[in-house]
Amino acid sequence: MAANMFVVPQTRGTVLCCKCGIPMAPNPANMCVTCLRLEVDITEGLRKHVIIMYCPECESYLQPPRTWIKAQLESKELLTFCVKRLENDLKKVRLVNAEFIWTEPHSKRIKVKLKVQKEVLNGAILEQSYVVEYVQQDHMCESCTRFQANPDQWVAAVQLRQRVAHRRTFFYLEQLILKHDAAVHAIKIKQMDQGIDFFFGNRSHAVKFVEFLGKVAPTKSRHDKQLVSHDPKNNNYNYKYTFSVEISPICREDLICLPPKVAASLGNLGPLVICTKVTNNIALLDPFTLRQCFLDTDQYWRHSFKSLLGSRQLVEYDVFDVEVVSPEYNVGGSKYVLADIEVARITDYGKLFYIRTHLGHILKPGDRALGYDLYGANSNDMELDKYKGLVLPEAILIKKSYEEKRQKKRGKPRSWKLKSLDMEVDDTKGRAYEEKMNSEYEGFLRDLEENPELRFNLSLYRNRDYQPSEMASVSEGDDMPSVPLEELLADLELSEQEDGEDSMRE
Amino acid sequence: MATRLKFENSCEVGVFSKLTNAYCLVAIGGSESFCSAFESELADVIPVIKTSIAGTRIIGRLCAGNKNGLLVPHTTTDQELQHLRNSLPDQVVVRRIEEKLSALGNCIACNDHVALTHTDLDRETEEIIADVLGVEVFRQTIAGNILVGSYCAFSNRGGLVHPHTSIEDLNELSTLLQVPLVAGTINRGSEVIAAGMTVNDWTAFCGSDTTATELSVIENVFKLREAQPSAIVDEMRKSLIDSSV
Repeated sequence: MAANMFVVPQTRGTVLCCKCGIPMAPNPANMCVTCLRLEVDITEGLRKHVIIMYCPECESYLQPPRTWIKAQLESKELLTFCVKRLENDLKKVRLVNAEFIWTEPHSKRIKVKLKVQKEVLNGAILEQSYVVEYVQQDHMCESCTRFQANPDQWVAAVQLRQRVAHRRTFFYLEQLILKHDAAVHAIKIKQMDQGIDFFFGNRSHAVKFVEFLGKVAPTKSRHDKQLVSHDPKNNNYNYKYTFSVEISPICREDLICLPPKVAASLGNLGPLVICTKVTNNIALLDPFTLRQCFLDTDQYWRHSFKSLLGSRQLVEYDVFDVEVVSPEYNVGGSKYVLADIEVARITDYGKLFYIRTHLGHILKPGDRALGYDLYGANSNDMELDKYKGLVLPEAILIKKSYEEKRQKKRGKPRSWKLKSLDMEVDDTKGRAYEEKMNSEYEGFLRDLEENPELRFNLSLYRNRDYQPSEMASVSEGDDMPSVPLEELLADLELSEQEDGEDSMRE
Repeated sequence: MATRLKFENSCEVGVFSKLTNAYCLVAIGGSESFCSAFESELADVIPVIKTSIAGTRIIGRLCAGNKNGLLVPHTTTDQELQHLRNSLPDQVVVRRIEEKLSALGNCIACNDHVALTHTDLDRETEEIIADVLGVEVFRQTIAGNILVGSYCAFSNRGGLVHPHTSIEDLNELSTLLQVPLVAGTINRGSEVIAAGMTVNDWTAFCGSDTTATELSVIENVFKLREAQPSAIVDEMRKSLIDSSV
């Protein structure tokens, strides 16, 4: 038997439409499309007229019961929103296409043409388009209403404090916050004595900000709330939330005398330590044994010790002789060399000190160094008293000083600059305070220049006012630490003159 | 000339009646209007007989016949058989056949010369059909449907088949039956042709849902206009105006 049967090709004939008599291909209804359309209207029962709420302040549309969706006219989001409003109707038919019909923007009407398909009469599927008209009614959304009523209204506040006499930490934090955009939701930022206040419109934004702070600094926080209003019918309570965040007073380059318990728990780390790095851990370096330890935030706050001497008490020393004692050690990424060194304070060349220092790798005779003058300092620290028989070194050097070279550069702008947060500053404190602030800021910028790892987390921007040609003529033999050009981000400036030339390059 | 009518509010006229060139069978209905419509057309030409088959009214779908004979299913009662024998003219042979497919009207479509049957009909039945009805029997399908008796209706002058019949099938059937065929619908797009109408050589009866287009197709293919030239004006008026019930 033949495997392939001979199949007669079948061509469909034409029948006459039973209503109008025009020849057509047979379909399940056996009526031409026009007659079928006249007969059956699949858009019967679907809404053609819908009212939507629109907030003119923030250009958003209400999706009941509470969400406001921001959308531009004739955008994809608006189309999705419009189709969603008709969800119930569209369950009966199948939606094939939806598009906008242009309407005058001021008319407060939005027209959408929908194409739907439905099965009619013995299985024939009919496709039909129809137009739905949306009337926009103006209705202010709750957040705009609240804002209008009282623009300074905040719902959550974060009070950030550090009980030290300088503001270095806050300068650094400001840059970190800018880099990570942690304060985008802040309504207001206010500079306070020993801290900064951040105000938010939403409790969750404040919580997120507090968590961010917890990741970048060793903080301790507590929160409270205050009842503002109460709706007894709904049982809705409106609160003002306050978060009090305190940063530990230990800063970089501080000299610390550890309490005996802490020293013991860290493996008998010599009671005098230098703090080398503060993130959410505190890195402590023993300058005589070159041992480094980390203290967790929790660990710190359990003991909450203060520093013995801070960076304001740094004194300048002149280096006379360096004798390297140990090979180069790499401690936590930085190199240190133990050396015996002969120094004298700049103010008093009469008294020479022979001390051990960990900066043997960068100090040479003739250099200047900054350190803590323990010989001349009068410290009444309780922790120090607990150590009986502790011999204090006469001085501990912290870093090399570039002061002389800075003198030459005084007044010349840097090749880079930083952005700053939009803060409300208290202007009533007077000129002395302002000058103090400026010198502290200058110190902070110098710090950034000297420490590449500090710069790592921040964004520096190219300074347009800086002229590199001047710099070349004054170049010294000794290189002063400066920020290499590769690290700078070109600032995005939107002005009419410069258009596409200055694109972001790293 | 084609007439539009209803049987008790149903447009499926071909279910409740059977029309041939020699006789007409109608079902016993609630009101007399159905029978009187047939009588007004046919009374002086051929006998119009009221009957039931197997106690039901769907006589059009249960029996098959032409001017030579009538075949009824085995479920027909003796009384009905006797009644039919008495009422029909003598030259019409009435025969009750034992066949598993008892809805003979759905399985057999015939005119006075050719018959199309269901593909699964017994060989015996086929012989009886050839014998009693005096026709040539062909087993066929129409647009893929095996119930040929439902999906086509033809007389000695022309025929109407299921609308989805392809052109090749149409040509083949037309050659077999030796009459012109057309694919069309009845009763406003219904595909079950033989259930919606019943036809003989000079007249046809359709359900009242039939549109004017369908009616004109029927009149053209069955050549009903030329049938009785004497009363041509009356006929044309009847086919164009809706018959109000």
